[in-house]
Amino acid sequence: MVSTSSTDGGAAPSTLTPVLTDNWDAERSWTLAAYEAGGGYAALRKALSTLQPDEIITMVKDSGLRGRGGAGFPTGMKWSFIPQDNPNPKYLVVNADESEPGTCKDIPLMMASPHTLVEGVILSSYAIRANHAFIYVRGEVLHVVRRLRAAVREAYDAGHLGKDIHGSGYDLDLVIHAGAGAYICGEETALLDSLEGRRGQPRLRPPFPAVAGLYASPTVINNVESISSVPSIVANGADWFASMGTEKSKGYVIYSLSGHVKRPGQYEAPLGITLRELLDLGGGMRDGHELKFWTPGGSSTPLLTPEHLDMPLDYESVGAAGSMLGTRALQIFDETTCVVRAVLRWLEFYKHESCGKCTPCREGTWWLVQNLAKLEKGEFRRDEGEQILDLLLDQCDNILGRAFCALGDGATSPVTSSVQYFRDEYLAHLDGGGCPFDPAASTAWAVREGVKQ
Amino acid sequence: MSEALDSKAIEELRQIAGRYPQARSGLLPMLHLVQSVQGRITPEGIETCAEILGISAAEVSGVATFYTMYKRRPVGDYHVGVCTNTLCAVMGGDAIFERLKDHLGVGNDEVADERAGDKATVSLEHVECNAACDFAPVVMVNWEFMDNQTPESATQLVDDLRAGTPVQSTRGPRLCTWREAERVLAGFEDGLADEGPAAGPASLVGLEIAREQGWTAPATAPGKGE
Repeated sequence: MVSTSSTDGGAAPSTLTPVLTDNWDAERSWTLAAYEAGGGYAALRKALSTLQPDEIITMVKDSGLRGRGGAGFPTGMKWSFIPQDNPNPKYLVVNADESEPGTCKDIPLMMASPHTLVEGVILSSYAIRANHAFIYVRGEVLHVVRRLRAAVREAYDAGHLGKDIHGSGYDLDLVIHAGAGAYICGEETALLDSLEGRRGQPRLRPPFPAVAGLYASPTVINNVESISSVPSIVANGADWFASMGTEKSKGYVIYSLSGHVKRPGQYEAPLGITLRELLDLGGGMRDGHELKFWTPGGSSTPLLTPEHLDMPLDYESVGAAGSMLGTRALQIFDETTCVVRAVLRWLEFYKHESCGKCTPCREGTWWLVQNLAKLEKGEFRRDEGEQILDLLLDQCDNILGRAFCALGDGATSPVTSSVQYFRDEYLAHLDGGGCPFDPAASTAWAVREGVKQ
Repeated sequence: MSEALDSKAIEELRQIAGRYPQARSGLLPMLHLVQSVQGRITPEGIETCAEILGISAAEVSGVATFYTMYKRRPVGDYHVGVCTNTLCAVMGGDAIFERLKDHLGVGNDEVADERAGDKATVSLEHVECNAACDFAPVVMVNWEFMDNQTPESATQLVDDLRAGTPVQSTRGPRLCTWREAERVLAGFEDGLADEGPAAGPASLVGLEIAREQGWTAPATAPGKGE
C-alpha cells in the first residue's frame, strides 16, 4: 500500500516510528502507574545513578536533536550555552504555549502522556544544573492543565521531583504555569516576560536567554516535543536516535495532518518523510478532490503546492523549497478553498496577536488586512489589480526583517507565497462579484452530505 | 454584582504568589483566581493583586488588558469559543459561528439573554487556533474541547448547556462552569484529571497504522541503553 524509500540497504525501515506517541493507546496512559509500567522513569534512574550532567548534554548533542518548536536550533548546543560559572540560579522553561495555527502535537502529547514531558524536564534540568523548572502551558486547554498538574503531583509523591531525588543529592522543583491567551507568548522572550507577570512582549537580543533569561538568570527554553524526546535519547543512546531521519535532520518527529484529508491526525515518523507518503498512509485527500495548497509547519511557513509533494519534510529540503519545516503542522487545503480567504484570515490573526511593541508589525499587519479584505470583496478595480498585489508585497517587505520578533516575519509568509503561486486567483476577485468560491463546498460536512444525497 | 474577595481568596492569592522564586510571576494565575471568584477582572481584583505583589494597579491593569482570557465584562456560565482561524473556518467554523450568533441572538464576545426556564447562561466568542486542527471544526466550552462540530451539533450543544443538561467534553470531563475552570487555571486541582480518554481518535491515527503494519522505532543497538 505504501511506497517506502529504498535508499538504505538492509531491511526496509518502518515508515512510521512511534516513540512519543507509542503509549497513547495504553489504558490510563496519563497516569504514573501506566507510564512506569511501560518503562517510564527508567531513563531518569539511569541518569541520576550513572551519568554526569555534561554526559547528558553530550548525548543530546550527539543525537542531533534539533528544536521541535519551529526554529530547529540544535538542543544540546543551546544547553551548552548556559554559563555554568554564572552565580545566578539556572532555569529550565518548557514552551507549552502551542498556538501556531495548524500546530496540534504538543497538546495531545501532554494530554495522553504528561509524564513523558515531566521525565524530560527532570533529565534536562539535571543536565543544565537547574533546580527550578517551569512548564508554561497556554491557558485555553483546561484538561491538559489538569493532566500536567496531576502528573507533577504524582512525580513529587514518587520522589522523581523535590529534594534529593532518588538519593542523588539533586533537587528540582517544577511549576505548571497556565497562560492567559496570547499567541506572542510562544516567542521565547515574550514567554519569559509573561512568566515574570508582565505583558508578553519580546525582548531585544542579545543578551540571549542562555545568559540573561528568566529573572535575568541563565535560562534554557525548549519546546514540549524537544524536551519529551530526551528520555528516549538517554534510554536508548544518541546513535539510536541519530539512526532515524536524514543526514542533518536526525530523529523522529510528530507530523500533524489536518484539513481536507481522509484521515487527519498525528503521524510520528523519521524526519524526511514526504507529504505524498503521509497522504498515502491516510488514504489521501477527501474523495473527489485534489490538493491545492498546504503549509509545511504552520501559518508562518510559506505555502507550498502539489509540486512539493515529494520533497522530504526535513529542515534542509523544506528550506531549499523556500519555506520552513516549522512545527510540521501540515494544513491541507483542496481546490474548493479560496487562497485569498485563507490568507486574509491568517492575517487577521497576526493583526490581532501582534503585541504592539514594534511599528512594522503593529501597523504593517493592520494595513495588510485592510488591503486583503478589500481585495477579497473585489472592491478594487480590475485595472488596479497588479498594482495592489505589488502594494501587498511592498507592505510585506516593510515588515520582513524589520520587526522586533518572528511574528512579523511569519505574518508575511502566507501573503508573499500565495501571491507567488496564486497571482491569477487574487486578480480573479476583481473580475466583478468578489470571491468566486463557495465556502460551503470546503466544509467538513460538504462531502458527507454529498455522499448521502 | 460580584462577590467580594474574602479572606480565603486573599489567602489563596498569596499562596499563588508564593509558588514562584519571584512573587510577581504569580500574577497571571492570580488574575485567573480573581475571575474564578468574581466572574471577571474587577477594579477590586486589580487593586488586591497590586497590593499583594507590591506593584502599581496600573501595572496589573496593563497585564490584565493584554491577555484575551481576562474579561472585564462577565461571560456566561458556559463560554463558547468557535475557532475561526483559517483551517477551522474553512472546514466549517465560519458557518458554525454564524449559526450560533443567529441562534443565540448575540454578536462576538456577548452573553446571550437568559430566558425563562434556563438553568445556565451562555456567551459566545470566536477564538484563534486552539491546537486541535486534526479535529476541525473545533468549538471550545470553558476551554474544554468539543471536537468535530457541525452547525447542528453546536446549536444542540448550547441548547443543552442553557437547559442544564450535562454535556461531556469529547476529550475531557463533564463540562464545569467558567468560574470552576478559572480556578483550575489558577492552579487548584478539581479532581477531574482522570476523566475522559487519553487521546481522541485523530490523535491515534498514525499509531493505529503503525500497529497494523507492524512498524516500530528501531530496536536499541546491543550494549546501548537498557
